[in-house]
Amino acid sequence: MGLAIEVKGLYKRYGSHEVLKGMDLSVAEGGVFALLGPNGAGKTTFIHILAGLLRADRGIVRVAGYDVTMEKLRVKMSISLTGQFAAVDDMLTGTENLRMLGRLNGLSAAQAAARATELISQFDLEAAGGKRVGTYSGGMRRRLDLASSLIVPRPIVFLDEPTTGLDTRSRRSLWDSIQALASQGITVILTTQYLEEADQLADRIAVIHEGRIVASGTPAELKARIGEEVIELLNEEGEVSHTLTTDGTITSIQDQLLMLAQQAPPNARVRLRSPSMDDVFLALTESADSNSNKEAKRA
Amino acid sequence: MTKPAYEGKQPSFFTTNAEFIVRSIRHSLRNVETMIMAIVLPVMLMLLFTYVFGGAIDTSGNYVNYVVPGIILLCAGFGSSSTAVDVASDMKNGIIDRFRTLPIHSWCLMTGHVTASLLRNLLATGIVILAALLVGFTPHADVWEWLAALGIISLFILAITWLYAAIGLVAGSPAAASGYGFALLFLPYLSSAFVATDTMPSWLQGVAEHQPITPVIETIRSLLLGGAADEHAWFAIGWCLLILIGAVIWCTWLYNRRAGRR
Repeated sequence: MGLAIEVKGLYKRYGSHEVLKGMDLSVAEGGVFALLGPNGAGKTTFIHILAGLLRADRGIVRVAGYDVTMEKLRVKMSISLTGQFAAVDDMLTGTENLRMLGRLNGLSAAQAAARATELISQFDLEAAGGKRVGTYSGGMRRRLDLASSLIVPRPIVFLDEPTTGLDTRSRRSLWDSIQALASQGITVILTTQYLEEADQLADRIAVIHEGRIVASGTPAELKARIGEEVIELLNEEGEVSHTLTTDGTITSIQDQLLMLAQQAPPNARVRLRSPSMDDVFLALTESADSNSNKEAKRA
Repeated sequence: MTKPAYEGKQPSFFTTNAEFIVRSIRHSLRNVETMIMAIVLPVMLMLLFTYVFGGAIDTSGNYVNYVVPGIILLCAGFGSSSTAVDVASDMKNGIIDRFRTLPIHSWCLMTGHVTASLLRNLLATGIVILAALLVGFTPHADVWEWLAALGIISLFILAITWLYAAIGLVAGSPAAASGYGFALLFLPYLSSAFVATDTMPSWLQGVAEHQPITPVIETIRSLLLGGAADEHAWFAIGWCLLILIGAVIWCTWLYNRRAGRR
């Protein structure tokens, strides 16, 4: 299997603000790849460079095997992008949006019309297809936006924070659509700040923090990095007051419990659970922060 | 892959432009308020100048003939100014990112806006001329003179629309675009549109006689009402082409610079 994305030593700055500080990333073809990071980590900048919307300052960026600056047209023919802001035309109807984009993707008028009808029903927009997009709800706009990305088959689909601002139901239905894409053999690259989303959807995750990839792997691998089992200490109200990570062995759990027994009241209750993506994320970004603090001190 | 039946390819240059033109025309038709303003305002101004100020400016009672060419240009200015807002909205909205990831020259988006503006303005010009005929405008022109006048008007609309498109790209937001664009709308007042320039103070005469609007107005005036157009016509064509070429180059440069960063 080839590489969908290959990035080496990628730098990007806006004025004096360095957004991407030497990113390296390889993503194999197929499946869902999640780029997980907080606001301002550089996710959108990164996706825009991959999609050819922004130029990198330095570094090698190859998408579907093509160089994003040298082989722009080939890259455009290999990708589609659904951005953070629903990129749909408010003044046109849903069907008109899809037909126009069909034509702009090289379909004949008849093909564009047929494809628009298909997508409208596939994304459950039949009742709204003839209405102006300006009247759509947030969830409907996102569905139309995603449909706009799928008019012609592209091997790589970028989704920049596809579910931001959606209610739970719309989010679930979008997740189903995303999984359906992956099952057709399309490589889906999505960014998200929701750990749950990455955990649920992605086969592989890269954690981006302050312009660098701080960790990558399968959700299970990332969780394994911070330990196997987590001990939660509960307070009198039954809320988690403290968490301790262990490597899952009896010795490690016993050690942590002995330590707790000395500090916590004797009738305190504990619970054992698998680590969540939240634990992983906090552990990874905290260690990245303390590393950069150390670097700062050395300098 | 989903349906190999829908194989994507690069659309032709013609298709790309046609799609963007259709899109912009749909926008214009659905933006009823803007459309009405672009027609009603110049007609109101014409009535205002003919019936309220006209008597004081030209006591012979023939002012309507003098003012119509200026009103036509004023109308074109108003009508084109919404291009700045349309372009700025497209740049701010995420849709520009979608267009830029398609296998097309997304710059054709601009041709769409400009073509729609041209059609919109020719319609508005037609309505203004009809209204003028109703209030006593008496042109003396044969078919060729009418066509020549239409040609000059179209060239002026194109030039000013491209300029507004560039303003739309410079402005950070649709509101700012509307504000910047407003400044240009004052140019017709500082020309021979409403009063002969020799009635102005001498320093203003210099400005009024040498700005692009005056030769365009004088050309239309002589084509529609009789009189020699030759020298004015060359200046009018020269100015319009200069603005047109300059604005297109400026637009292209701005587009390539601007579209990448929102």
